[in-house]
Amino acid sequence: MLSKMMRRAGKCAAVAAAGLMMMSAQAAEPIKIGSFLSVTGPASFLGDPELKTLQMYVEKINEEGGVLGRQLELIHYDDVGNASSARNFASRLLRSDQVDIIVGGSTTGATMAAVPLVEQAGVPFISLAGAVVITTPVKKWVFKTPQTDRMAAERVLGDMKARGLTKVGLISGTGGFGSSGRAQTLEVAEMMGVEIVADETYSGSDTDMTAQLTNIRNTDGVQAVLNFGFGQGPAIVTRNYNQLGIDLPFYQSHGVASDSFLELAGDSAEGLRLPASPLLVPDSLPESDPQKEVVQNYKAEYEARWDSKVSTFGAYAYDGLMLAVRAIEAAGSTDPEAVRNALESISGYVGVTGEFNMSPEDHNGLDADSFRILEVQNGEWKLID
Amino acid sequence: MFSEFLQYLFTGITIGATYALIALGFTLIYNASHVINFAQGEFLMIGGMATVSLTSMGVPMILAVVLAVLLAGILGIALQRFAIAPAKQADVVTLIIITIGASIFIRGLAQLIWGKEYHVMANFSSDEPIQVFGAVLNSQSLWVLGIGAVLVVGLVLFFTRTLIGKAILATSMNKEAARLVGIRTQMVLMLAFMVSALLGSVAGIVVAPITFTSYDIGIILGLKGFVAAAIGGLGSGVGAVVGGLALGVVEAMAAGYLSSDYKDAVAFSMILLVLFFLPRGLFGAKVVERV
Repeated sequence: MLSKMMRRAGKCAAVAAAGLMMMSAQAAEPIKIGSFLSVTGPASFLGDPELKTLQMYVEKINEEGGVLGRQLELIHYDDVGNASSARNFASRLLRSDQVDIIVGGSTTGATMAAVPLVEQAGVPFISLAGAVVITTPVKKWVFKTPQTDRMAAERVLGDMKARGLTKVGLISGTGGFGSSGRAQTLEVAEMMGVEIVADETYSGSDTDMTAQLTNIRNTDGVQAVLNFGFGQGPAIVTRNYNQLGIDLPFYQSHGVASDSFLELAGDSAEGLRLPASPLLVPDSLPESDPQKEVVQNYKAEYEARWDSKVSTFGAYAYDGLMLAVRAIEAAGSTDPEAVRNALESISGYVGVTGEFNMSPEDHNGLDADSFRILEVQNGEWKLID
Repeated sequence: MFSEFLQYLFTGITIGATYALIALGFTLIYNASHVINFAQGEFLMIGGMATVSLTSMGVPMILAVVLAVLLAGILGIALQRFAIAPAKQADVVTLIIITIGASIFIRGLAQLIWGKEYHVMANFSSDEPIQVFGAVLNSQSLWVLGIGAVLVVGLVLFFTRTLIGKAILATSMNKEAARLVGIRTQMVLMLAFMVSALLGSVAGIVVAPITFTSYDIGIILGLKGFVAAAIGGLGSGVGAVVGGLALGVVEAMAAGYLSSDYKDAVAFSMILLVLFFLPRGLFGAKVVERV
């Protein structure tokens, strides 16, 4: 009897010891965070701050002891803004690097190219791209941190209506961001009772948009102009707009919400409005704003580390990484299913971009009010709403 | 109605002049060596970027321009000496591939040195646009046109009046024969690359206030310049200018009167049409190969 118990206890001890050893082996193994970003190429102004943000905060988290006692390991690739390389890199992250979660995809094109692979592999994926198609309809494994372009359209058209402007001339880039923004604007306009009286486009590599703007100017009844695009294109549009002397309220999308846009557009940006993250105006936020502290910290840390200005795009990566960390902590492991469920039930997380409240129906978790309307005054962003 | 047309025309001519200047650079090297130098766009980028970074370091504008042009010239020589010349008897296609490699290399280097952001250059003169019959003209457009015209005239004189220019033409006609009459063809090739680099960098500097400049601006503008050169007939200076202006004007008119969506398609169809009916381009020489 006694010997039987002894044997059983011995067995238990052996199992426990083996379990402990396995756990400690697991503890030494880092949590792999995969990423593919447009660090170079035409969308580099997205990918560059995103990568810098990820690198910086992975380091910081590791110094503070990691997540679940394990270190984070960032594995990243540069897709040069090219959707097919994004797909290849996503496949490499999933198959050979066997990452636990992916935080990346600077552009909508790159993100959508990776989505089918991620869905098939069943690995949580937090995208940093804007278009509404990424999370609508909801895909089981796909989440995203930036507000959708639909929210930007709602915010802009709402602000126009509040100023009594209901006939709008639209100009947009033909890239993924611009064309998705254009489609959303057309839909939202119809719902909000705003009329799009002119609809022009330009390609990302164009160096002059005067012809398109002349057409908008000559359209009867146009009361305001909205440009949806990113890169240097919108800055050229802004300059051309000013040269043509068009005397109508001018709006840009959140695609240009960065200080470098002000540098490019110079004086011609005066008076234009756009929907943007509070990151551009951290000090004008009221003390009662829950985001104020997060935003100020991120800005200070980023600028101290990289000696360059923060951009909203880097903030998307910050929120993406923090959401991932939160979800892994809440799940208590890196089991993909558990992490996914934890991601889906995140609520009340105050990030730089806004307050995230995820749900099974909403894998973005932000609402349109997380955008602030800013106006350029004396060469600086001014908080309007 | 008229002011609209005039506006599209101004826009088209400004963009077209840019294309024309780049096309001229292609033409020059093509003439000397039958190589299409796909690093031409990179000379343009170097011109703009170097000027911007020098002025931001406090160098006066004029000096910055001169230094940037010199830098591009040195780069042109280096390209010929270290990439093209060592390939010796390689055929033309190989040489063209070498220029593509060189352009990627230069772009990578520029990205390391100057970063990935777009940079702004101030207009040479006033920022105030000029009003003409209800249309507006950016004062920088006048600089582009003026400097473009000076360069074109300069090139024509260079080829018809100077010994070096004639030597380049002779080398392009027949390398062996040119060597027999005492022309140092390697030297001539080096000169062609240098002059074409100078040309490209000047183009890059005058258009930078309009287009902004970044490490990869050369890809887009270089490609458009090549298309302009092909329309004009590779190897013809007049063709490069006409081709560039035509491409610019067609693009602007298409954006204005048809739809901005079809602008690039229209420009593309134009190339197809020209090359279909005139395979050697508008001003291409009718060369008969004798066997």
